[in-house]
Formats: sequence, structure tokens, C-alpha cells
Amino acid sequence: MNLNRMIENDFCITFSTINGSGSATANITLMRALFRMGIPVSGKNIFPSNIQGQPTWFTLRLSKDGYLARVQEDDIVVAMNPSTIGKDIDALVSGGVLLIPDDFKINGEIRTDIVLYRMPVRKLIREANVSPQLRDYVANMVYVGVLAHLLKIDMDKIYQALDFHFKSNQKAINTNFDVVKAAFEWATENLEKKDRYITAPMKGTEDYIMTDGNTAAALGSIYGGMQFAAWYPITPATSLAETLNEYLPKLRIDEATGKETYAVVQAEDELAAIGMAIGAGWGGLRAMTSTSGPGLSLMTEYLGLAYYAEVPVVVWDVQRVGPSTGMPTRTSQGDLTMVNFISHGDSQMIILIPGSVNECFEFGWRAFDFAERFQTPVIVLSDLDFGMNQWITKKFDYPDLPMDRGKVLWEDDLEKMLEKNNGVWGRYLDIDGDGIPYRTVVGNQHPKSGYFTRGTSHDEFANYSEDSVVWEEVFARIAKKFDTAKKELPKPEILLQPGAEVGIISSGSADPAVIEARDLLKAEGLRTDYLRIRSLPFSDEIKKFIESHKEVYVVEINRDGQLFQLLTMEYPDIANRLRKAAHMDGLPLTAKWIKNKVLAKEEK
Amino acid sequence: MTAPSSSTTQITNQVGLTKADYKGAPSTLCQGCGHNGIAAQIVTACYEMNLLPEKVVKFSGIGCSSKSPTYFLGRSFSFNGLHGRMPSLALGALFADHTLEAIGLSGDGDTASIGLGQFKHLVRRNLPMVYIVENNGVYGLTKGQFSATAEKGLYLKKQGTNPFLPIDIAMEALVSGATFVARSFAGDPKQVKELIKAAIAHDGIAVIDIISPCVTFHNHENSFHSYSFGKVHEEPLHEISLVLAREEITVDDFETGEVREVTMHDGSTVILKKLENEYDPTDKWQALRTLEEAANNNWLLTGLLYVEPNAPTLFDKYNLPDTPLNRLPAEKLRPVRETLEKINAMMF
Ligand SMILES: Cc1ncc(C[n+]2csc(CCOP(=O)(O)OP(=O)(O)O)c2C)c(N)n1
Ligand code: SF4
Ligand SMILES: [Mg+2]
Repeated sequence: MNLNRMIENDFCITFSTINGSGSATANITLMRALFRMGIPVSGKNIFPSNIQGQPTWFTLRLSKDGYLARVQEDDIVVAMNPSTIGKDIDALVSGGVLLIPDDFKINGEIRTDIVLYRMPVRKLIREANVSPQLRDYVANMVYVGVLAHLLKIDMDKIYQALDFHFKSNQKAINTNFDVVKAAFEWATENLEKKDRYITAPMKGTEDYIMTDGNTAAALGSIYGGMQFAAWYPITPATSLAETLNEYLPKLRIDEATGKETYAVVQAEDELAAIGMAIGAGWGGLRAMTSTSGPGLSLMTEYLGLAYYAEVPVVVWDVQRVGPSTGMPTRTSQGDLTMVNFISHGDSQMIILIPGSVNECFEFGWRAFDFAERFQTPVIVLSDLDFGMNQWITKKFDYPDLPMDRGKVLWEDDLEKMLEKNNGVWGRYLDIDGDGIPYRTVVGNQHPKSGYFTRGTSHDEFANYSEDSVVWEEVFARIAKKFDTAKKELPKPEILLQPGAEVGIISSGSADPAVIEARDLLKAEGLRTDYLRIRSLPFSDEIKKFIESHKEVYVVEINRDGQLFQLLTMEYPDIANRLRKAAHMDGLPLTAKWIKNKVLAKEEK
Repeated sequence: MTAPSSSTTQITNQVGLTKADYKGAPSTLCQGCGHNGIAAQIVTACYEMNLLPEKVVKFSGIGCSSKSPTYFLGRSFSFNGLHGRMPSLALGALFADHTLEAIGLSGDGDTASIGLGQFKHLVRRNLPMVYIVENNGVYGLTKGQFSATAEKGLYLKKQGTNPFLPIDIAMEALVSGATFVARSFAGDPKQVKELIKAAIAHDGIAVIDIISPCVTFHNHENSFHSYSFGKVHEEPLHEISLVLAREEITVDDFETGEVREVTMHDGSTVILKKLENEYDPTDKWQALRTLEEAANNNWLLTGLLYVEPNAPTLFDKYNLPDTPLNRLPAEKLRPVRETLEKINAMMF
């Protein structure tokens, strides 16, 4: 093998382990160390819906160019699970590296085009000073040490990563780092480097942090002034609510009184979680819930009520593979159509789709502004890939807009309103002509503030009415409210390449793969423009973008091309320019898949 | 409490309001429906308890019963939610302002069928609110199907004979840890009113299961939920009245030993005058035994079945500010800029 042509900071390592074996600590430690070396790195966990004993993979991609999408092939495989070793070897590129414990037996011939290193895991653990219960856990630190030697990963950075992970608990740090060191020393003495992969410090992660989308969403919500959250456990949304519980006591205790400025309730199910959140939103709190597909299905009826009765609420849907229980621990963008049409009857939802972990934070606080401004549910579509994987992302920015509490009337406001309008105020009266009425909330002591909220048909004064004209008028006014909203929601992000005739539309966690695919396509001579949708209802920029390209690929992670379908419905006259590019196998999209999809169609 | 005088000046309560201030829109329910009578007693109870309508918030699910919040306290905020899912709505809304008095109105279908789960979880959390079930053993609004509280053997025209044993709402409340459980009969307005007042005085969940006949679909003689059955068979456990905190208790017309007093959290007193048998409403075992016996014998026992006046409520489990959460200004809700720098540093 030619060691002169080293591959630096641009390869992919997969750790194949058994879940529940404690490999997560080892994997995140390596990821953090590489991040601290300034190398753009992304980590993807592919795990089963199971607590212990099933195969799990963690893939670490180093990319000096900053690409964060998943790649299909592995350059290095650390195989700690004998039951999947055959499959794991098959995934290696030619010239790739296989690391295995020295007591693993491999049936049949081992590929001759790969480099094999055997690690004396048992021996090193036996020699290490660890209690028998911990042995299995720290065994994973052996590959950390061996890789540190082979790839030249900075040992100080590994130490820093462990220090962070164990929150400076010296005993835990030492237990782990001692094994890393022993393995590093063993490798230095015993392994001859025969492969091409190497790391080197660079400056690719300045101004970045490392976190996951659920943490970002929870923190964003807290900075958005979230006051009430109700939730029911479900993968992959659980950690969002748990992170609220973790950070709220740190950030939201009122200094003057020592009291909590929020409440979180673990509901009995999602039917209740959404009911609670809508009750709180109606009461004037910034209220939210977080869930995934099955929970969202249970929330549909209440969301319809909130749409029609005009109650603000924020729902985070961290998408997984459905329908039904589907693949609970795999990612997808399969809920878009459902969310857009959620509820029986005509309805419409404001949908926000963050395209990065940083944007999960931003939409965390902005979602409340939109919900309260437009008095309607806002559904934020994240997914498992963002929500549960570790990402490098730009530092969170402090909200650059003051909180928008919308048109809420307290006692004095209502009095002034009545004076101005000859004593008339109606909960559903469109005074400003923008489709957004004024609302009062419970506790308001003005004798004219109270009103009756209902999902049954009502007039502008919230009185029950079955008059057809009244129904149509109120319903038309709500539609108008969404026209207003459309202009104020986050605009799509557009990236152009001069001379491009082909366009790509995408959203959410498909973004990293699209970004990379555009470079791959450019290298093949195909220039593309790119529009990333950030909100629904669709803004007018999308129409212009489609009109100005002869072909527009709609890239998304589902089977049916849901975004493609919605765009087709919205813009029937130009829909013949749209090309469906949908794929969903439970894994994050790869740039290569997109490239091949586009090229296959373009070459026809 | 002094009886209203017959002078022409408007009679007002301690907060200066007339009874008319507690009224709602005219009822659109059937003439004679038990639910109408209950709405009237809610009006009187709130008037007599000197509640400000602006300090009361109403909740309901779906059904004829759940429509009734329209017919009382027209000045109060109200939310008519989804079938069986009023409890969650009320819970969320009360976090917005935990100083409010909440009155929830539900039906036997709404509470004992589709909403049984939410009902029991609300009870378990001890959310401070009055929870009235207008129990007619039938789905009124969908025109006369058996509800889960219909007795076994009941015959209804559309449905034939009910083969199942009923769910006892008071029992469900008790075993879920309710801190106030009562049963009443719409044909006994005085008891209904006094129980509602006691429920308002209670700090915690106060469940009142009121047999409230559906005159249109289920009012057969001898069926458990009919007027005629209740008129003949109602057996009050005691005679109940509520004395407000500032009023003097005069029990001179009660003989000692015949009266039991329960001091409520707000300082008012529930006076229970003994009728046939001794009944101690603070004894949960007695309550459970009594309900079981009543169920086995088809007795319509009414009164305050159980009360635990000082149990911690849901809000005692939170460290909420005295100011209602929904009155907190933005600066109390958004952490200051410097904290985000620390957060970024914490992310690695
Ligand atoms: C989800 C849902 N399912 C069914 C209905 C139809 N529905 C309306 S009222 C009702 C039953 C009401 O019974 P109950 O709570 O006993 O009230 P009543 O009318 O007897 O007072 C039903 C089944 C509904 N509104 N929502
Ligand atoms: S149908 Fe029955 S429950 Fe409904 S209003 Fe009429 S009498 Fe009352
Ligand atoms: Mg009923």
C-alpha cells in the first residue's frame, strides 16, 4: 500500500457494537476529540428499538470540506460485534481498515484489499485496574487508544473530551483514560501502520458547538419564554422534553422570588399532552408539546380545534419512520403531508422546518412568536437525524427580536379598545383587516373580557351559530389570517450557481446531503440552484424559483414525495417542472444518492 | 345565611352582584332535562359563595351536559373542548392562572367512556377544580345509546337490553385518590346546591356525580337514572349545608351528636346532619364499603361520600410564583444574553 498518498481528515469510521455495551461514551469521546482538533465531523447513530443486546452502529465522518451528510461506504470499521462482522467487512472500501479484538474468529477468507489490525482487548482490560462490572464498558476505550495511535488523534483532546463527558469526575476520567493510554502505548509498540488514513489539526470548527437537535430545540424554546410543556415519552422526541427539565431550573428561576416561571407536566398520553398544551395556550401561556408520529396521530382532533378556535400552541414533531410503530429508531420526513392537512375538515397549520441544529434553536423561540401572533398551532418538523444525532453547528445566537405576544388585551387594553369602537369588541372580530382578531385570556378582570371558546361553529362574538353565512365568513377570515402569516414566516434560503438551469428544492435534514450533492454534480458539469423551504404555507419565492428553472428536483426522505405532492397541488400550472426525488430507508440521505438520481434523469 | 328579603331594591351578595350577574344564555336543552336544574343550582351556589364571575373559568367536554356551561356564568371564560378530554384542557389552562376557581361540566359518556382515562388522571393529580358529572346513564346528544353507567338489564328502545355492569363514577374517583367525592340527584336541588358550594370551598379535585335524568331518551319508571326512581329511592347520607368562613355557625336546632362538621381548606365549614345512620365522610374505607353496598343493592345514596380537606394539590407540587404565570412579563421569561454564552460553552 502506498503510504505516501495519505488521506487526511476525509474519511469515515464505523463502530459496530452491541447496544447496551457502553460504546456510546467511547464514540462520543472520539468525536469530541476530533472536533477539538478543528476537524469538521459528524456522527450518526444507527440503533435498534431495543435496550440491550442488538447490533448498533455509530458512524463518524471526518470532512475537511465541512460536509455533514451520511456516506454509504466505510473507510475504517471497528468491529466489536462478532454477529455482524461479515456485513461490516462488506461495507469497507478497497484499501479500508478493519479493527477487531484479537480473539474474534472470522469465517472464510478475509478480503485481501483491506488492512487488518487485531487489538488485544481482553488482555489490556485484564491488566487495567477496573472493577469487573465496568470491564465491558471500558473495553471500548481500547479502540479509542488504538485509533489515537493509528490516526494521530491528539491524546490531550481525548482527555478533554473525557473530562467533559464525566463532568470532571476524576475517578471516572482516570478509569477510562488509563485504558486509552494503555491501548495507545500497546499500539505504538506493536502496530505497524499499513493504511492511508490520518488526521491533522485544522481550523474547521471555530464558532461551532457540538450538540443535537433536541437539545437545541429545548434550549430555543426556553429562550423563547416557554411557560408550559406537556409531553409523553416517545423516541425520538423524548430527549427534547427531558432537556427542558434539565435546563429550565438552571435558566428560568425568577431571581426576585426564587419561583419557577414555567411548568412541565408528563401527561398520561398524547391525547392529554396536546389538550394540556392547548389549555395553557388558550390561557395565555407559551405552551408546547413534543412528540413523534404515533403521538401526533393522537393529537389530530385537538389540533383541529385549536385551528378553528384560534388557540396558539407549538408542537415539535421529531419524525421517525411510520406509519404505525414503523421503525421507531430510524429517521424520516414522512409526516409532512399529514401535518399539513392534520384534522378533519378544512384546516391549515403553520409548519416550520429547521434545516440545521442551529435552526432548531432559532425555531425553538420563533415558533412561539408565530403561534401567538397568528393565534394558531405551529408545528415544527424536526426528525431523528437532527434530534438524536450529534452535530457540529454554529453557536446558538441570542434571539434578535423581542418576544411577540400577539394581540392580547389585558384590562386596560380592552377598556381602550371598547372606547375606540363604541363599546364593541368580539373575540373573532377582524378589526385590523389582517385576519387576526384580538384575544383576552383567563384571569382578565374586565367584566367584558370573558368569552366562550368552542370547536362548534361560532360568530365573531364567539356565540354559537349554525348560520351558513356566519360559518363561511369566519372561515374565510381564518384563511385570510394565513395569507398574512405566509408573508411573515421564515423565507426559503436560496443558493445559486451562475448559469444553472436545474433547480433543487428540499428541506430539513435533507439539506446536508443536498449541499454536498450540488458540489458532486458541479464536478460532473451540472450546475444547480437550490431552494431550502423553511416554512409552510409556501412563500411566493418558491413559485418564482420553480418558474425560473426548467427542471426542479424535490429531494426528500419519504416514499411518496410528500413535498413534491404539496408543491404540485399548490402550483398546478408549473408542476410539470417538478421532479420527484424521494427516498426513505430509515437512514439519512446521502449526497451520492441525490447525485445519481439527478444524473439518471438528466441523462435520459 | 339570611334569606333574601322581598324589598324592591336589588339584592346583592358580598361582592355586590345580583343573581342575574351569574346567569348564562337561555338553555336549549330539552324541557325538564336534569341538566337544566343543575345549571340553575350552579348559578345560586356561585352567587352564594360570592365568587366573581371573572375569577371563575368553565370547562366542558362534548354532550348535552357539556353544553350547559353556556347556561350559567355568562361573564366567565369558558372552553368547550373535545369529547372526553376536558380534564387535560382544564389542567393546562389552570396553570395559566392558578388563582382561578374552575368548574368542569361533563356527562357520563364524556367521563366514564371516552374520557375515563383523562378523568382518573386528573383526579390522581388533584387539580383544584369542581368536576360535575351530569349522569343520565345514556348518551343524550347522540340520541339514546347506553352509556357506561347504565345499569345491567336496562332496556332501551334502540339498543335492547344492556348486558354489562355499570361503571360507578364516584367509585372510580375514590380509588384514583380523589379528595372530594359526592353523589347527588338533580331532583334534590337543595342538596345539589350545597354540595356544589362545598366543592367550591374544597381545595383540590371535587367530583360530584349527579344523577340527572334524560327525559327524552331514558326516563323510564324504575330505571336508576329516572326522576321517578330518584324521587322514591334517593337515600341521603346526611343533610348537608355549607357555612362560609366569616359566618357564625348556629347549630342550635341540631342536637349534639347528630351533627358532624368538616372544616374546609378555605375556612368554611361543611355541616352534616345525621339522618338514619352514622356516616363519617373522612373515612375512605367507609366510603368504599358504602359505595359497594349501594351498587349491589341498587341504592341511590347521595351526599358527601368522602372528603380530605388538606391534601396537597397539583399546584403544591410546583414552585409557581404568586403572580399567575400568564401575567409574567417578557423579561421574566427570556433568560438574559450572558446566559447563552455559558450555554454555548456547555455544549462542548
Ligand atoms: C370523538 C368523538 N366521538 C363521538 C362523538 C359523538 N358524541 C357526541 S356527544 C356523545 C355522548 C355524550 O354523552 P354524555 O357525555 O353522557 O352526555 P349527555 O348528552 O348524555 O349529557 C357522543 C358519543 C364526538 N363528539 N366526538
Ligand atoms: S336529550 Fe336528554 S340529556 Fe339531552 S337535553 Fe334532552 S333530556 Fe337532556
Ligand atoms: Mg349522558
